Amino acid sequence: MLDHVEIAVDVRSAVKRYGDFTALKKISLSIQDNEFFTLLGPSGCGKTTLLRMIAGFEDVTEGGIMLFGDKIETLPPHKRPVNTVFQNYALFPHMSVLDNVGFGLEMLGKSVPEARKRAAEMLELVQLSQFAQRKPAQLSGGQQQRVALARALAPSPKVLLLDEPLSALDMKLRKAMQIELKHIQRETGITFIFVTHDQEEALTMSDRIAVMSAGALQQLGAPREIYEHPRNMFVADFIGDTNLLEVSVDKIVEGRAYCQLGGNHTLTCNAVDDVGVGAKVHLSVRPERLILSEQATQAESLKGTVVENIFIGTDITTIVNLDDGPQFTVRTSNSDRGTKRLIAPGSPAFVNMETGAARLLVD
Amino acid sequence: MAGGAASGGSVAADTYAKARHWLLAPSWLVLGFFVFAPVCVMLIYSFLTKEFRGGVIWEFSLAAYDQFFFDRGLFGDAEPTLQWTYISVFWRSIWQAGLATILSLLIGFPTAYYIATRPEGSRAFWVFLVTIPYWVNLLIRTVSMKFLLRDEGPLNELLINIGLIGDPLHIINTNLAVQLGLFYSYLPFMVLPIYASIERYNFTMSEAAADLYATKWTTLRRIILPAVKPGVIAGCILVFVPSLGAFLAPDLLGGAKNFMIGSLIEEQFKGNAGNWPFGAAASMVLLTMVMIILLIFARQQRRAEAQS
Repeated sequence: MLDHVEIAVDVRSAVKRYGDFTALKKISLSIQDNEFFTLLGPSGCGKTTLLRMIAGFEDVTEGGIMLFGDKIETLPPHKRPVNTVFQNYALFPHMSVLDNVGFGLEMLGKSVPEARKRAAEMLELVQLSQFAQRKPAQLSGGQQQRVALARALAPSPKVLLLDEPLSALDMKLRKAMQIELKHIQRETGITFIFVTHDQEEALTMSDRIAVMSAGALQQLGAPREIYEHPRNMFVADFIGDTNLLEVSVDKIVEGRAYCQLGGNHTLTCNAVDDVGVGAKVHLSVRPERLILSEQATQAESLKGTVVENIFIGTDITTIVNLDDGPQFTVRTSNSDRGTKRLIAPGSPAFVNMETGAARLLVD
Repeated sequence: MAGGAASGGSVAADTYAKARHWLLAPSWLVLGFFVFAPVCVMLIYSFLTKEFRGGVIWEFSLAAYDQFFFDRGLFGDAEPTLQWTYISVFWRSIWQAGLATILSLLIGFPTAYYIATRPEGSRAFWVFLVTIPYWVNLLIRTVSMKFLLRDEGPLNELLINIGLIGDPLHIINTNLAVQLGLFYSYLPFMVLPIYASIERYNFTMSEAAADLYATKWTTLRRIILPAVKPGVIAGCILVFVPSLGAFLAPDLLGGAKNFMIGSLIEEQFKGNAGNWPFGAAASMVLLTMVMIILLIFARQQRRAEAQS
């Protein structure tokens, strides 16, 4: 199926060590041409290190990196046909916006007028044409961010690397830029490798996401796959909100695992390969896939008491303590459908699960 | 509400402005007493008549300036022609100081860059090393340099022993010796301000330049140098100005033939042989020169900034 898909960046068992500290533990992943690929993880997980290794700012301790089939791990940064949008933009303060954007082309041997012409086109792409003659310091943060993007795109890199480029922007601007970045990626057809610690940002923009933690790859997949089918505890916990419950598996019948929640509560979910009978593992259920009711509606309805309803704008979060059992967080959308069914704190309630909502995790 | 806050702020600002004037007063007093007053004294003395055993007679005279610029023959009655003796001393001072500045920049910039790129904890140590020479008096250091550079001194001995030269190099009492002295005396003044500006430089910009296909050399020229220019200019001024008026290095290392304007001035105020009005006049000429050079520099800076 992947026969005709070209691989843009192939990271092969790449290891990065600083003295005794291993920042990256044998990472292997293939990024496809034309893909919006995101490296997602908490700070210190190695995502920026990996990006900087692709850009050439960090040596590869072991392993290799291929760019469209060419070995690049030994090339200095100025010989790699990739460009970077830096977190703090790193615009050249003494040059005009136009010359900033034209710099890469000039370095590639284009004449100044030629570089300026292309730079002007790039500024048009990011809608900053009227600021061409300004100095970076005279622009707002969001505008500087676009200049950095135009500068990195101007030399038509084979791959564009983006190191948390939106983290300094306020929420509204960030959301707008997320959509714009996605558009620009589609329009230019350039492979984007995007680093972020913001899971929502990653889910919004990416074709595929690599979730990283502690220098290792935790899961790689499309946003929906990672959200709906987290492979392990870390991914389930890091991506979105979830109810993580300690369970023990009582029996497995016809591919269904019967799990003991404590306090005599049980629920069934699809069995997974690595979890056998008697295993003590975790189970993840997204809060929005739970439904509260005053009466039991399913054989598996879990009985508890409402502790609190928390208004959070688009949704309402309800915290429910199961009788002698664990706590659940249930999310209901703030609509007539949802709010009318709110159950007052202190009242008994039943927690019901959508089919396939509960998922067993390998630790 | 905004208006109220603004007017309240301005009352406070006035009070602070007054307080600030008083805070500045000690500096003004020191500057006035130790800089402005002596310069005025010099200016006045340069227009007085010389007393033969040092000092001045309070009688207006242009003789000092006349002696500096014009040659009227042995008996003072020939047609006045331009006096090259002192002008050439001046010229030598300017190019010696200029060369010392360029040398210091060539050596000082890499040094400063090296220090600024060390891990944060060890930078203080390197800066400390740079300042060590200042623990010893400049006179003593210059005398030791004289000893090092002598024909039968350690430098020549070393060069002969390793077979690089057969006969000792005559360095002492040459312009080269003066140059080495100046360069050595003022190098730290170049290193420290450049270090300060490189330390503030955002090295991500160098990465950005490399990412955009610039070689290391181009990055230095196009990105780093423009960013640290203020430090480079400060360093150049701090080396050039004192080098121009230096007298220890030319006196001790240059011998009689290679003296600079500083030594010429110093001579005029030493012992009984001096000519105070002439020394004062030479000082005024030196001061004017420095001012003119700095003004030209500042003006070009402003023009370059206005252009970009």
